[in-house]
Amino acid sequence: MAKLIYSLNGSFLGEFTLNKDKLTIGRRPSNDIQIDNLVISGEHAVIKVIGRDAFLEDSGSTNGTFVNGKQIQQHILQHDDLIQLGKYQLRYLNDDGIPMPAMPRQKAKAEDSPPPEKSAISQAKQKPASSAGEKSGPSQTAAAVQQPAAHIKILSGSGKGKEQLLNKTVTTLGKPGMQVAVITRRAQGFFLTHVEGQSHPLVNGQAIGLQAHALHDHDVIELAGSKMEFCLA
Amino acid sequence: MNLSDTLQIVRLTDVGLKRDHNEDAIASDAEIGLVVLADGMGGYKAGEVASEIAVLTIVAELKEAMLELEPGQIDPVTDMQAESLLIVDAVQRANASIYHVSQDQPQCAGMGTTLVMGMFTNNKLLVGHIGDSRLYCLRDDVLTRLTEDHSLLQEQLNSGLITPEQARTSANKNLVTRALGVDPEVDLELNEFDVEVGDIYLLCSDGLTDMVDDDDIHATLKSLHTNLELAANHLIQIANDNGGADNISVILVRILKPFAAEHSWYDNVLNWLK
Repeated sequence: MAKLIYSLNGSFLGEFTLNKDKLTIGRRPSNDIQIDNLVISGEHAVIKVIGRDAFLEDSGSTNGTFVNGKQIQQHILQHDDLIQLGKYQLRYLNDDGIPMPAMPRQKAKAEDSPPPEKSAISQAKQKPASSAGEKSGPSQTAAAVQQPAAHIKILSGSGKGKEQLLNKTVTTLGKPGMQVAVITRRAQGFFLTHVEGQSHPLVNGQAIGLQAHALHDHDVIELAGSKMEFCLA
Repeated sequence: MNLSDTLQIVRLTDVGLKRDHNEDAIASDAEIGLVVLADGMGGYKAGEVASEIAVLTIVAELKEAMLELEPGQIDPVTDMQAESLLIVDAVQRANASIYHVSQDQPQCAGMGTTLVMGMFTNNKLLVGHIGDSRLYCLRDDVLTRLTEDHSLLQEQLNSGLITPEQARTSANKNLVTRALGVDPEVDLELNEFDVEVGDIYLLCSDGLTDMVDDDDIHATLKSLHTNLELAANHLIQIANDNGGADNISVILVRILKPFAAEHSWYDNVLNWLK
């Protein structure tokens, strides 16, 4: 279960477990987490637990709520996030967020994580996540993988002298209906693959087969009557 | 009506990089215009059992039931192609089988599966789905998602509780709100769409969509649509390049020609009178 480590200037003050749907933070004693300091508003922020997510929301505080140095209005807490309220700090730790080798496949029961606002979910089933480390969404994953940069220069044929940046996952070359190939961009580099047409494209004078062909800097590609050079940036 | 010459179907499944077995199951039958994909869940190997039962039962039931049915009839209650009734029946049978096994075999307790299926008939596509496996359509270079996930995350998005931006950082990706085989009754969502020649349909498990965003799926289908095998391979490759956290399955269908049910005015009048 997720928890918060409460500290001031690096010294440990306490620990809170996120065992409720809603946890309030503020100066008033009515809060679940009371921080008795004038910098903190009476009702400063709230954490709502929905499923496996913990939402941190600022409750219109005077001095703001910060996560990892950035002011937020609403934020889905990620493992190891640092929440700052004035000089006070709360570190969010989530067991699920710590990558573990071969986490046992488990099934969440609906009762473990009922969404607080309704009962529409009769049977929320958790599909086993092998380890929470890879839970990052597509955008994150894409950003995390360093993608190489490259372009192609048209040497002869139509569009001679033009350059095309290879900044997409697939870039199409050639003429539809006649001969088409694609260059795919992967973490390992760039690959040329035949898509359609009677003849296969040539790389440095050699026809490539049906398999993806790894491209090297300054390779010369010929297809659909055009010659082009592959250049790594 | 045999649709073998009307549809080009390519299907591919991959275990991914993190799992040791594949709990997805896929099947297709071009003759009756059927494609089915299921993503199983449950401890040990039960997920595999559930998705396998789902796919096998649905294909077998529909193959048999379709022999009796003349295509092109409309069900007066749902206003959909009459095949929709057969689909509902077949899915109910599959649900009962999975549920029965899960009650019977302790090691299969609580197993279930998602489902997305398409049936092509009379220039229409009937789409049934449960859970977070999806169906997309590429038409005129525009990619449209035809299914809405039955998941906690989708419900949060619908109610405006979170933004699509926040959804990407959510840990709730794997919580589905509906599944096949977990209850005695099943709640299938069934929709009908018009089909056009040249359309490309993609059915996939969340092993693809959690790893590859819609823009990359779109770019891949757009540039590789003339070669469906390559497109399927490439989609799986991107998912694995991005981490391959789950099993990845894709089914691609291309519409080669129209397939309206041939009916004379006489048949139509007879239908009206029934």
